Amino acid sequence: MDLIYQLITSLIASAAFGFIFNSPAKLLPQCGFIGMLGWLVYYIGMQLGIDVVISSLAAAFLVSVISQLFSRLYKSPIIVFSVAGIIPLVPGGLAYDAMRNVVEDQYDTAVQLAVKAFMISGAIAIGLIFSEVVNRMIARKPVRKETENSNESL
Amino acid sequence: MNGLNGGLSPVPGEVALPSAPPSEKPGPEYGDRLHRITEVCLLAGKIILQNGGETQRVEDTMMRIAAAYGIERSHSFVMPTGIIFAIDSGSYTTRLVRMADRSTNLKKVSMVNHISRRIVRGELDAEEAGKLLQEIQDSPHEYPNTLKVLAATAASGCLLIMFGGVWQDCFPVGIIAGIGFTLYLLLSKYVQIRFFSEFVPSLVIGLLAILAVNYGLGRDLDKIIIGSVMPLVPGLHITNAVRDLMAGHLVSGLSKGAEAFLTAFAIGCGIAAALALQ
Repeated sequence: MDLIYQLITSLIASAAFGFIFNSPAKLLPQCGFIGMLGWLVYYIGMQLGIDVVISSLAAAFLVSVISQLFSRLYKSPIIVFSVAGIIPLVPGGLAYDAMRNVVEDQYDTAVQLAVKAFMISGAIAIGLIFSEVVNRMIARKPVRKETENSNESL
Repeated sequence: MNGLNGGLSPVPGEVALPSAPPSEKPGPEYGDRLHRITEVCLLAGKIILQNGGETQRVEDTMMRIAAAYGIERSHSFVMPTGIIFAIDSGSYTTRLVRMADRSTNLKKVSMVNHISRRIVRGELDAEEAGKLLQEIQDSPHEYPNTLKVLAATAASGCLLIMFGGVWQDCFPVGIIAGIGFTLYLLLSKYVQIRFFSEFVPSLVIGLLAILAVNYGLGRDLDKIIIGSVMPLVPGLHITNAVRDLMAGHLVSGLSKGAEAFLTAFAIGCGIAAALALQ
């Protein structure tokens, strides 16, 4: 039952974030869907007792892969999808706890929490990059014959 | 290369438009045409950059449009605050656009993406494309602010549950997040200092959350604050910064990362100040 609540709330939250970022209205359900899948992976990981960094990594990877698929499918920029999916994974809670400990002069705890939050952010970034690598390896094959200025743009 | 542009597939066979082949002798008309193409490229790039697109997408779109109009060699240098775009085939044109204000409007990015795809397919000439892009630039294409506040309310309420909050807190979180986000929208419209327009809403959110808990409206102070503050979190900037860095746009990636960090810092300061006043 709890899982169902989590799924519904993550769906609404991600779609609402898509709305705040002015995503096209017809893509909002897809934004919500991606956010829901990412959160599902994260939540199951947490329930199974897997480390929060690993769970975030897996969730970010999945969000990013599905965003790539959707951006091809719906011929839209990938950020429309990936942003909405990533937002729930951002370690806001840990960052808040770190901040709170700073205010309470508990600097040792604060640093521990901040490092943890930083690790999770890094894991999300790596998840995004991983799927980029996979995507590029797939994309390279069919179109190799591009004009030279596209290479210069990198 | 193709990875970042989300299905904007290149069509190598359709590079030149039939109307005006690029091999034409340089004359006054040719210069005019170059000028117009540069305008179209810059406008497209500008809209994407201003509305939250990645640097990679800006460069890629401009080059593809130029290539579709028969200009084989073009160079661009894109930063969050400006674009330099140069054409050097036949005659030389270099233009610079300064970007003063930035916002987040993924719909516009999407629309420009669609137009650039049509240009690459050879469906639009430079004049039509310029007109369409100008239309996108001039019209807001934005959801009304009241609905955005409602979305922020809904998002915060849901995030509270996702972060393990109790159902009773949903109502206060929604209200507090709504007030905070309204304040943020107002401040970012009338006060042009970003730090301020992010600091004050978080401070207010923190204070309201403390009040709500003190008067028995809310239970879990930490969860209420975390949930309410989430709509202000710079998710788009973080994602873009990572994508830019990975694509090799070090300057843009770092400056967008700095922007995201500043926003996070402003939110943190606001909350910390509220907690310290407690």
